[in-house]
Amino acid sequence: MLYFLLLFAALFGFWLLLSGYWANPLLLLLGLASSALAAWIGTRLEQSDTRGYSLRMLLRLPGYWVWLVGEIVKANLDVVRRVWRPHTYPISPVIGHLPLSQKTRLGKTIYANSITLTPGTVAIEVSDDAVMVHALSESAYADLAAGDMDRRVTWAEGRSG
Amino acid sequence: MTEALLEPALDLASLLLLSGGVFLGITGAVGVLRFPDFFTRLHAAGVTDTLSAGMILAALMLQAGLSLISVKLAFILLFLLYTSPVASHALARAAVHAGVKPVDAKPGESSSPS
Repeated sequence: MLYFLLLFAALFGFWLLLSGYWANPLLLLLGLASSALAAWIGTRLEQSDTRGYSLRMLLRLPGYWVWLVGEIVKANLDVVRRVWRPHTYPISPVIGHLPLSQKTRLGKTIYANSITLTPGTVAIEVSDDAVMVHALSESAYADLAAGDMDRRVTWAEGRSG
Repeated sequence: MTEALLEPALDLASLLLLSGGVFLGITGAVGVLRFPDFFTRLHAAGVTDTLSAGMILAALMLQAGLSLISVKLAFILLFLLYTSPVASHALARAAVHAGVKPVDAKPGESSSPS
């Protein structure tokens, strides 16, 4: 029920901001109805796996995003210098499996997407306790293997405490 | 700060952001041409997806000011950040399953058996 209400509120907020019609009762009603329908369908789709989601995660994710944006900027600069100065900064591709410590499907998805979103590393395959990663350079792979991002996603997942 | 000073400052900021975004876009394209195989090229394309798009959208937001248009631009960035890793992941996974071998890739040391 909580999941339904949150999804409904988010969808209706999204609808309001996209439409910009805030004074027409008919349109508002139609927006409410379509948000409710979409939220209901979403609840049915996720019926089996909403228990892993916690409110704590919603509060912690923005902090994680701020850190992730910083990482994305750093990784971008690394790839940029490997593109323009290939002799000074050669590429050295690495492919390997790294452990992951998230418990929920959503947590694993966030970790794998964060890896792929950071230029220089791509998550190729996710299993229960490992993720297969291709990295542009040994240093990018080593950074990921150090496990900082993994720990932060598990922290944001909010199930340890 | 007065209005007369704020306008040019915003214009200058969006000019810098736009130039940076365009430079990163070109960098992504050059990387796709220069890098040796499918997987390394995927990394180069990632530059265009993330920082390049982000800087261009941020520049446009400065031009639009505090309005619904800026909110919609922010939505574009948000959905780009949600969808582009899914697309990259799907491509990489499909390539591995189709038997594409990464060129010159060393096996990374791992704590779980591969």
